[in-house]
Amino acid sequence: MDAKDLKVVNKPVVKMDSMGLACGEPAFTDDVEFKGLLTAKILWSPHAHARIKKIDVSAALKVPGVKAVLTYKDLPRVPHTTAGQGYPEPSPYDTYTLDNKVRFVGDRVAAVAAETPEAAQEALSRIKVDYEILPAVLDTAEAMKEGAPVIHDEEDSKNIPDAKHNIAAKFEFQVKNGEWFKEADFVFEHTWSIPYLQHCALEPHVTIAHFDNAGRLVLRTSTQVPFHVRRIVAQALKIPVKKIRVVKPRIGGGFGSKQEVLLEDITAALALKTGRPVKLEYTRKETFISSRTRHPSRVRMKAGVKKDGTITDAAMEITLNTGAYGSHALTVMMCAGSHTLPMYRIKNNIRFVGKSVYTNMPVAGAYRGYGATQGFFAWECLMDMMAAKIGMDPVEFRKMNYIKLGEGSPVFKAMGEGREGVEQVITSTGLFEAIEKGVDEIKWTEKKAEYAKQTGPIRRGLGAACMMQGSGIPEVDMASATIKMNEDGSFNLLAGAADLGTGSDTVLAQIAAEVLGIKADDIIVTSSDTDITPFDVGAYASSTTFISGGAVKKAAEKVRDMIIEVGARILDEKKEDLRLECGKVVSKSGASCPLSEVANTSLYYYNQHQITASASHFAQSSPPPFQANFADVEVDTETGVVKILDYVSCVDCGTAINPVLAEGQNDGAVLNGISHTLSEEMEFSSNGTPLNASFRRYKILSAADTPRLRTFIIPTWEPAGPFGAKSVSEIGINGPLPAVANAIYDACGVWLFDAPFTPDRVLKAIKQRR
Amino acid sequence: MMKDKNPHFSFRLSCLVNGQETEREIESSRSLLEFIREDLGLKGTKEGCGEGECGACLVLVDGKAVNACLMTALQLQGKELVTIEGIKGRDGGLHPLQKTFMAEGAVQCGFCTPGLIVASEALLRRNPRATLGEIKLELTGNLCRCTGYEKVLSAVEKAKKLL
Repeated sequence: MDAKDLKVVNKPVVKMDSMGLACGEPAFTDDVEFKGLLTAKILWSPHAHARIKKIDVSAALKVPGVKAVLTYKDLPRVPHTTAGQGYPEPSPYDTYTLDNKVRFVGDRVAAVAAETPEAAQEALSRIKVDYEILPAVLDTAEAMKEGAPVIHDEEDSKNIPDAKHNIAAKFEFQVKNGEWFKEADFVFEHTWSIPYLQHCALEPHVTIAHFDNAGRLVLRTSTQVPFHVRRIVAQALKIPVKKIRVVKPRIGGGFGSKQEVLLEDITAALALKTGRPVKLEYTRKETFISSRTRHPSRVRMKAGVKKDGTITDAAMEITLNTGAYGSHALTVMMCAGSHTLPMYRIKNNIRFVGKSVYTNMPVAGAYRGYGATQGFFAWECLMDMMAAKIGMDPVEFRKMNYIKLGEGSPVFKAMGEGREGVEQVITSTGLFEAIEKGVDEIKWTEKKAEYAKQTGPIRRGLGAACMMQGSGIPEVDMASATIKMNEDGSFNLLAGAADLGTGSDTVLAQIAAEVLGIKADDIIVTSSDTDITPFDVGAYASSTTFISGGAVKKAAEKVRDMIIEVGARILDEKKEDLRLECGKVVSKSGASCPLSEVANTSLYYYNQHQITASASHFAQSSPPPFQANFADVEVDTETGVVKILDYVSCVDCGTAINPVLAEGQNDGAVLNGISHTLSEEMEFSSNGTPLNASFRRYKILSAADTPRLRTFIIPTWEPAGPFGAKSVSEIGINGPLPAVANAIYDACGVWLFDAPFTPDRVLKAIKQRR
Repeated sequence: MMKDKNPHFSFRLSCLVNGQETEREIESSRSLLEFIREDLGLKGTKEGCGEGECGACLVLVDGKAVNACLMTALQLQGKELVTIEGIKGRDGGLHPLQKTFMAEGAVQCGFCTPGLIVASEALLRRNPRATLGEIKLELTGNLCRCTGYEKVLSAVEKAKKLL
C-alpha cells in the first residue's frame, strides 16, 4: 500500500468537533449543569514542609451551606501514585488523598464542599491547623546530602529507592567497548539546566462527581487517562472499579498535566460524603502551583569526537527535581536518555546515570516532550560544540552521524519507560529529506555566508537541531476500539483513546473510514467513557495515532470482513471478489449494493446479527518520528535581547493521517518550545512560595510575540503504523532550546546553558566571554 | 462574607443578549462572566483565568471586545451583549470566521476558540481590511497553547475575504 492510494487518510478532513467548538456549544466538563451541585475547595499548605499536629474543622462545619469538610482523619490511608501510567506503575507510591504531613507550599491540607463558592471559601478560612514546621529543602543537591530533611519519612510508602536521601527514582546503564575517550581527539563536558515550567492548558483542571440512578459514582473530568482515573480512584478510596464510571467530555488541552489523578479522588470523596454532586475546579493560580510542572533538570553531558567526525563516547548524567511527590520521576528521567542517546551513532562507550530527587517544591509530572526536552537541549548543543571544534558544518556533522534506516541502538533495549526497553531498528526515516528541506527553507548556505561578514552590535546567526521521539510505549501501551454498523451505513466508533483537543477522534475516524470505504463523517466517534468505550491507556507517550489507530484499523478490518460476508450473499458473489468502496460493496463483476442494504439485511432480514467488532492493539516497537529544526536569530549584544527571525520545523511523522491537524500539532509544540526558550520560568521565594503563578507574570507567547514559524511535513511510510503513520504530538517541543542556543552561538559566540535565554542571561554570557 | 442572594445589593438589569431583550435581578458583585455562564446558561464563554489575562471569556459589549471576568454584570445596563452563541453569518448560519477557523484547522482543543473568534469579529467589524500585523496585535489578549497561532492567523486572514 502507498500513500497515493489513500482516499480519506492523508487528507485534510475538517476536525469533527470543530463546528460545535467554534459555535460555543457546551462541550467541556463544566459546560453542563447539575441540580444541587456543591462547590469544592481545597485548603492549601502555606508551608513547604510541616506536620499537621492538630486540625480542627468544627468552626468550618458551622458555616451555613457547608456540607462536608474532609481531612486525613476522614479518608482511608492508601499510598498510591497520581501518575496515570501502565499498571503496576513504575512510580513510587508516595501520595495520599489527604495526609497528616504537607510537603510543599500548595500541598493539600483539607477539602470542603458547600452550597456556594463563598461558603466553601469561608469554611476554608475557619479550619484551624496547628503545624509543626519542619526544615525544608528546595534544591536537589541539598536534598541528597546526608542529614537533609527526609521528605518521605512515612513508613507505608512503597517503591522509593532511597527515601533517606530523598531519591525518588534512579537508573544507570552503560555500554562499554573499551577505555573511555581513548579514541577521542576532543572531549567536551558541560551542564545544561531547565527551570520549573508550566503546561498552561487554557482549561484549568476540573472534575464533577455525581451519581447515576443506580447510585454509581460518575466522574465527569478533564483527563487524558479515563481508565487510569477509574483504577486509581478505586484504589485510593477503596471502592470497587464497578462502582465508578469516568466520562471524558471535550478537554481544553492537557500537554501531560492531565495524565494525573489530581482532582478526581478528592472530588469523589466529597460526593460520597455528601451524597450530592460536587464540582472541584482549580483557579489559574492553583493550576500553576498545585497541578504539575515540567521537571526542572540539570543534565551533565560529556562526549568525545574524532577529527573525522566520529563520535567516540557519550555520557549523560541527569538530575531531575520531582518536587514533593514522585509521580513520573522514573519514566521522565529514563526518557531523557532513551529518546535522545539513540539519535547518533556512538562508536565505543555510552553511559546514562539518572536520578529524580524529592524537594519541598511543586510536583513535576508528565509534560509534552517527557524528558527528551531536557536531554536534547544538552545533546544537540554538544553536537554543535563538537562540529565547531572539528571545523565541520553542524548540519553535515549531524547527517554523518544520525541513526539510519535499518540501524538499531543498544539504548533501545537497555532503557524503556520504567523498565528494560525493546530492541528495535529504524524502519522508516525521512530525516535526510527533513534536513535538506530545512536547509533550503531557512537558506542555510546563503545566510551562513552573509552572516560571516557581520560587524556591529546586532548579530544574526543560524542554528540547527535534530530530534527523535517514540510512538507509544512498546509492549506496554494497549488500546482498543469497537465499531458497530447502523441501518444507514453509518458506524459508531467507540474509542477508549482520549481526544484532549488534539483531533484524535477525527484521525481515528479517518482510519476507520479508509478501511470501510466511506467518508469520515459517516463515522460517529465516542471517546471516552469507561462504561461505553473499550479500554485504552489514554493520551500520552505520543501513542494515540500509532497504538489507538492500530486498534481502530484492526476493528474496521473485522467489520469490513463481516460486511463482505453479508454482501456476498446479497450479490450472490464470491467474497474474494468483493471490496468496499464509496459506501458500497462492489464486485469485480461490476455489481454492487449499498452499505445500508447490508446493514438492513443483517439487522432485519436474514441471519440477523449486529455487524460489530472490537479489536485491541499493542506494539512491539516504538518507531521514532524524526525532526530537523532550524532557527534564524538576531542577538542585540548590547542588551542581550534575542529575536527569532524565522523558525523552520521539518517533521517526519510517517503518513500524516490528517496533514492539517499534524501541522497544527507541530506548530503548537514548537511554539511551546520557543516560549520555554525565550521567557518561561516559574519563580519562587526562599521558602518555596511560587511568585509568578499567573499568565501576566509567567509569560507564554501571544500571537504578537510569535515569530515566523513554518512546519513542513516530510512524508515517509512506517510499516508498523496504521497506513504508515508514526507519532507527531510531542517531538516538536524539543527543538527550540538547542536550535536557538546554537543560533545564538553562531551569532555572537556564546553558549547559553540555562533556560530561558532572557536578556540578562544572554548579556551575562556575552560579558563573561569578553 | 456571603455575597449571594442578598436583596440589599440586587438590582434590575435590562440589556440585550444576542439580540434578545433580557431582564434579570442581579447582585451588584456578580461578574459578567458569572451572569453569562450561570444565569443565562450560555456556556460558550469560557473561564481560563478569571483575571483578564487569557481572553477565553471575551464577549462583545456594544461591539467592543471585553473580558467578561473583569466586568460586573450590572455594567451591562442598557447595553448590547453578544456572546459566541450570538456570532452568526448574515444568513443566520455559520459566521465566516467560524467557517475559516474550521477549514484552516484553527480549532484544536477549542477552549480559547470562542474568545479568539469574538476578538477577531470585533477587529474585522472595526477594520475589515486589518493587516496581519494588526490581527496579531488584536489577538495578544487571547492566549492559545495548542495551535502556535499560525492557523488562527490564516483563518482570520481568509475570513476577511468572506465578509
